[in-house]
Amino acid sequence: MESMLEIQNLDKNYGTVEVLKNINVSAKTGDFLVLVGPSGCGKSTLLNCIAGLESISGGSIHIGGLDMTHVNPKDRNIAMVFQSYALYPTMSVANNITFGMKVRGVAKAERLSKLQSVAKQLQIEKLLDRKPSQLSGGQRQRVAIGRALVRDPKMFLFDEPLSNLDAKLRVEMRLEIKKLHHDLGATMVYVTHDQIEAMTLATNIVVLKDGLVQQIGSPDAVYRRPANLFVADFMGSPAMNLIPVKAISEGSVTRVQIKPAEGAPIELIDNFNGDLPEEVILGIRPEDIAEARLRAGEDTQRMKCRIDMVEPAGADTYVVSWLGGKQVTARLQSETKAKSGESLDLAFDFSKVSYFSKTTGERLN
Amino acid sequence: MTNPTAFIAPRTGKLIMRWLLFAILVAFALFYLIPLFVMITTSLKSLDEIRAGNLVALPVSVTFDAWRTAWASACSGIQCEGLRPYFWNSVLLTVPAVAISTLLGAVNGYVIAQWKFRGANLIFSLMLFGCFIPFQVVLLPMARTLGILGLAGTIPGLVFVHVIYGIGFTTLFFRNYYVTIPVELVKAAKVDGAGFFRIYWSIFLPLSLPILMVTVIWQFTQIWNDFLFGVSFSQAGTQPVTVALNNIVNSTTGVKEYNVNMAAAIIAAFPTLFVYAVAGKYFIRGLTAGSVKG
Repeated sequence: MESMLEIQNLDKNYGTVEVLKNINVSAKTGDFLVLVGPSGCGKSTLLNCIAGLESISGGSIHIGGLDMTHVNPKDRNIAMVFQSYALYPTMSVANNITFGMKVRGVAKAERLSKLQSVAKQLQIEKLLDRKPSQLSGGQRQRVAIGRALVRDPKMFLFDEPLSNLDAKLRVEMRLEIKKLHHDLGATMVYVTHDQIEAMTLATNIVVLKDGLVQQIGSPDAVYRRPANLFVADFMGSPAMNLIPVKAISEGSVTRVQIKPAEGAPIELIDNFNGDLPEEVILGIRPEDIAEARLRAGEDTQRMKCRIDMVEPAGADTYVVSWLGGKQVTARLQSETKAKSGESLDLAFDFSKVSYFSKTTGERLN
Repeated sequence: MTNPTAFIAPRTGKLIMRWLLFAILVAFALFYLIPLFVMITTSLKSLDEIRAGNLVALPVSVTFDAWRTAWASACSGIQCEGLRPYFWNSVLLTVPAVAISTLLGAVNGYVIAQWKFRGANLIFSLMLFGCFIPFQVVLLPMARTLGILGLAGTIPGLVFVHVIYGIGFTTLFFRNYYVTIPVELVKAAKVDGAGFFRIYWSIFLPLSLPILMVTVIWQFTQIWNDFLFGVSFSQAGTQPVTVALNNIVNSTTGVKEYNVNMAAAIIAAFPTLFVYAVAGKYFIRGLTAGSVKG
């Protein structure tokens, strides 16, 4: 597959403030690239740079093989959907959708036929004469997407398109965007602070923090093998448990000593990872801790833990324990008999754990 | 036991307070209207009746002679042409001055609010500062400038002065209005391929009616009612109506014609009253716009 987006060594400064530092990101045709990170990480700025709405201080941007670093937004062959929808308030839905074509001097007959086909695709045919103020949030979002669709661009840019919608609608629209991507086969770049959106939509995730790329990878890679403590903590809900432990490696086997809330450290054997420094942080997803009576095998290690809290969440029940001076959450089946204040045998799945350096926070295994 | 009157008493109390409030408001309104009432009745009386009668009495016989005189033949200095030529001077001066200053303010506000550039805030602050410079301070420099430009004593010269003086206010109005519009609108239009003026014309101008009305009313009132610039930068033949009114009232050849003076004052004030009556509802709407935006 050919490369659709190629960002090389991109820097962006506002005066002396470095907002983006040496960004290298690429996407192939048909990719769904999600830029994710906490607010202020520079993800929206990066998207604006790709769109040409912000100039860049260094590096280059290629779209569809062409150098677009200094090209006007209108000539980049992109379409963009904004968080606030940015519908033109005094224009009808139809005029909102066709404004771009009108500006570019597309003939009226063609404008109308494109409008009709997009309206049909998004099921907004009945809304074409309305003003944006007469639409609901979901309808506005559809119109904004329609405005992008009529352009038939090489690449779609989405700037947190769902964050103004209520929870239920957000899930619906998320599915629709995924379907749209599937149907069109177009390249999409999508900015969000919601890691669930990132996981569900992306073919590739770029995790950003303070203007630096933390990790680029498939949703599975970012989730299973986070590159550092920040990514481990940011992706996933509830977050990955990060427990300071003492590791004693002997070849390819490690003895891991975890301090419980009371009493002497408990030693677990990790048969999968070796060559670790002594002071490490053990990362384990809540779903990789199970009730020992239901889960056994070579890859798991048992440990008796005192349960501090039980949170039933419908499909799962979260139990919170205290290990290594940190709260540790386990995601158990809802039928669990766990009670707060009592002890429970938990099984830790060491085939799926991550280790991070205590000093640099980088991944070690 | 509950006493039925206990429920009624606070309600009657409220009602009395309500009526008292209305009565006070009406009294104040009447009080403010007394000068207008005196002006109108006086302008409809003959001079004899004024000399003889009570100031606040209604006219015994209504006559429009004073209005005719004020409009067409009252004397200001040596000329006796009434307010008519000066009224048209004011129209010729106010209309372009309002139009140009509003237009410039609109574009300025659009640029400062939506096309942020380095130093935009500084420029805006300086323009804002211009709003607080008293008229008197600029009289001499402005006279020099008009002389250099060859506009001294002309109506275009007065238009120039009012445009310069008005830009600060008009920019302020439009900037504060446009700053409430999300910047993403401009971004979306840029991606759609529209340029600076296309975006303004197609997207911002249609949104601007309320603030346009506020600015037009404000500028019209300021420029029409201006006396100081009018008297300083005009000469015989180019004086605006406010200056002519002053001259008519102050030219005392023989008796003071109070009825003519009153009629002239009302004529001079009429356009601003008219503009407010026609566009007033937009004025209120424009002033409160933004505060109630959903």
